[in-house]
Amino acid sequence: MNFLLEIGAEEIPDWMIEPALEQLSKDFSALLAASKLGGSVQAVDASPRRLVLWAEGLPAGQSDGEELVTGPPKSAGAGAAGGFAKKNGVTVDALETLTTDKGEYFGYRKKTVGRATAPVLAEALPDLILKLYFPKTMYWTGKGGPRFIRPIRWIVALLGGEVVNFELAGVKTGNVTYGHRRLGSKAAIPLTYENYERSLQENFVLVRAAERKQRILDGIAKLGANVKTDEKLLHVLTYITEWPTPIMGSFDESFLQLPKEVLVMVMRHHQKNFSVERADGELSNQFVAVMNIDNDNERIVQRGNERVLRARFNDAKFFWDVDQRKKLADRVNDLSKVTFQAKLGSYLEKTNRMIDLARELGGDDAARAAHLAKADLTTEMVKEFTDLQGIVGGLYAKAQGEKEAVCTAIYEHYKPLSMDDSIPATKTGQALGLADKLDTLRGCFSVGMMPTGSKDPFALRRAAQGVVKILIEGGWSVSLKKILGGDAQLEEFFLDRLKYYFREIQGFKYDEVNAVLAAGSDDVVDAHERLKAIQAVRPTENFEPLAASFKRMKNIVTQANFTGGIFNAALMTEDAEKHLHAAAESLRGKLKGLPYQASLETIAGLRPAVDQFFDKVMVNAQDQSVRNNRLAMLAGLLSEFSSIADFSEIVTG
Amino acid sequence: MDLYQQTLFKLKQYWAERGAIIQEPYDMEVGAGTMCPETFLRVLGPKPYKVAYVQPSRRPADGRYGDNPNRLYKHQQLQVILKPTPVDVLEQYMGSLEAIGIDLSKHDLKLEEDNWESPTLGAWGIGWQVMLDGMEVTQFTYFQQCGGVDLELVPAEITYGLERLTAFLQGVESVYDIAWAPGFAYRDVRYNDELQSSVYNFEMADVDMLWKLFALHEKESQRLIDGFADYEDKRRYPLLPAYEHVLKCSNNFNLLDARGAISVTERVGVIARVRKLAVGVAQAWVAQEAVR
Repeated sequence: MNFLLEIGAEEIPDWMIEPALEQLSKDFSALLAASKLGGSVQAVDASPRRLVLWAEGLPAGQSDGEELVTGPPKSAGAGAAGGFAKKNGVTVDALETLTTDKGEYFGYRKKTVGRATAPVLAEALPDLILKLYFPKTMYWTGKGGPRFIRPIRWIVALLGGEVVNFELAGVKTGNVTYGHRRLGSKAAIPLTYENYERSLQENFVLVRAAERKQRILDGIAKLGANVKTDEKLLHVLTYITEWPTPIMGSFDESFLQLPKEVLVMVMRHHQKNFSVERADGELSNQFVAVMNIDNDNERIVQRGNERVLRARFNDAKFFWDVDQRKKLADRVNDLSKVTFQAKLGSYLEKTNRMIDLARELGGDDAARAAHLAKADLTTEMVKEFTDLQGIVGGLYAKAQGEKEAVCTAIYEHYKPLSMDDSIPATKTGQALGLADKLDTLRGCFSVGMMPTGSKDPFALRRAAQGVVKILIEGGWSVSLKKILGGDAQLEEFFLDRLKYYFREIQGFKYDEVNAVLAAGSDDVVDAHERLKAIQAVRPTENFEPLAASFKRMKNIVTQANFTGGIFNAALMTEDAEKHLHAAAESLRGKLKGLPYQASLETIAGLRPAVDQFFDKVMVNAQDQSVRNNRLAMLAGLLSEFSSIADFSEIVTG
Repeated sequence: MDLYQQTLFKLKQYWAERGAIIQEPYDMEVGAGTMCPETFLRVLGPKPYKVAYVQPSRRPADGRYGDNPNRLYKHQQLQVILKPTPVDVLEQYMGSLEAIGIDLSKHDLKLEEDNWESPTLGAWGIGWQVMLDGMEVTQFTYFQQCGGVDLELVPAEITYGLERLTAFLQGVESVYDIAWAPGFAYRDVRYNDELQSSVYNFEMADVDMLWKLFALHEKESQRLIDGFADYEDKRRYPLLPAYEHVLKCSNNFNLLDARGAISVTERVGVIARVRKLAVGVAQAWVAQEAVR
């Protein structure tokens, strides 16, 4: 039998829909499995007002079966058997003997009668629906009532054409749905599994997100608009409409004098409009809005959108003009009135700290950029469009005649905004970005405001991650210890960020990361180089066995509680021992000046000598001095050849 | 085309027909219709309530001397409270737009997630901003908590921004051009208020006095809240006046804020002081409900 579930709700926030669908599919599959029902989920999909699941191949009911119940051991005797039989409502003759590893037991084959599918679903679905995870839920039927993302207004649950009866939040399941709020039928729409999508489409609802997305793309193509690709906005629009229709509008060309960043920000973030580009790639004075109705033949919606955009742009123009009356340079002192953080003082104080750090990292241009970088926080434009901080500063600096390098640095100094974002493109921008983030991190750690668990109100993890990304991708070979200001806790915090970056962002294996960082993490660019070398050498024949040998050496040295001692060549007794010593000696000469990968390959060549040593030589010799000498040799090898990576951290198969 | 006041009449009529009490504006300064006792206190407790009223709402920091076409120191909200929320509440809301002449089959209406929160009132709710052809015309909220108290019945709060809505209906670019009554534009009615209040709020308000007033009202409100527990005849106890002093505090805070007299750091602390009072009144109010 087929099964259709539609949870009809009031408008669900766009960004929560896909995760909920994923869970719905997973949980329903799990329900089918746990209830010993066959069948499988065919699809899940959604619009803002409905979460939908299609399943097929469900049986009419669970099959009858039997369950083997294990009773007391045979050795427990007849009394126990009687009790066990009684508990199962049978006589002793119905029991059988089960032979297990642990001996013989009484057993009973209990017949189970399968239940019909509908009541099984009816029982489980209310819980399954309410357990769908949403980041912020509400109650609506009264205190203590069920919680969901928005009120549930109807539920369709059809199994083989019959309604699966249950009630949730006062809503009884049925076989009717509802169309588009204004274009669809006002009355409930009867449906079947087969005609569900068609019925909705006749009522101006495309229940498939992919179809809505396609309708938007087709509509844009029909408008002939050269829309700037924007997957994120497209996704949002797909999930805040049931019948999306793009329309084009325009604004006065004079607004194009405003910075493109501001125009695009207003269109995308405030108005959810696509910006449009001219053939030459410049921003055009057109935009595309996506409506949730069928057409705008009278151009009512177009005029409305144009009017709102005009008002927004006028605001922006007003802000720009007002802001130019006072240069960024003259605003710096006003930062004394803007609190950065209660314990860390104002943005002026932060600016002054940043100047020093930026100069150290990037010279005078970086210092000048640092001086001006936060001044845009006092501008009307940034107060209105917070997301444009930095960008506005860069644009204003340019309009006010600052050096190109300084303007660009200010413009890009908040980058990277996420791990997917790129780092500042210029060295000066990187230096300023580092100075800004490092100051925040050092400051917060110095007053004890470290992130704990999920609490990270100052986004310190992101800041640190940004620093790591800039250092590595910008090739900043500097001492981490130095730029972190010698704060041990901050260093530890960075080590975690570094590991995260190498593993999750760059995809290195965790043991390789551990091995490399154990050999030093002060220069992260160098650590990255060493890591690349390890990764390259890892698959070669000698590497893993050698790593295993290093681990063995380390274990021996550690277990012997070896605390030091000077190696004395005269105390060597065995050939294998001498051979290893000689091999290491010759290696030492070869390694000079080699790049990491070649070094590692060379070190891996030590393997036969190491293998032979462990085959032939007992480290724990009777003679204390011989034993200590061998330990000293191993300890020496370990420390000498572990400067690229601590091989003992490599997990060998 | 309807005049501003005609649109208002129609909206009031619409909600009156749906059983709402049509209240007059609260006679004190508030930052939003939500702060009126008709919302803040009525949403508490188990008794159903339905009310609609226009509330002039003061936001000193938003004043622009009457120069900005869309920003106002004092704007007018139509506040509708439906407690408990009827199941067809969104349908009713959309009906109200149609009642003032908006054909929703020809306009683009979208509900975009927007959860309302007022730290000052210890209140929050879940809901949307209603976008009409790209313009926000209404804030729709399912109240969840008020004065730090979980609500027994969940009310829907529908807040229409009247200037925006009527500017939209009349197709004017500036709220000052809205035709209010025959021969009178919004400018004629309100411009002086915007100009003079902006001058006062930004330039002339006496900061020391505002701090003193804040402290006095805070003290009086707290005194009343503290006295509730031991007062014999709970029904008579003046919690409404206690709340009015909270509103005074809130307005003085907004004035201080506009005057630039509150640093970012202080802000959090002052908001917490107002919230403490709001929560105190709300809790006492719920306790008083039983004998009211």
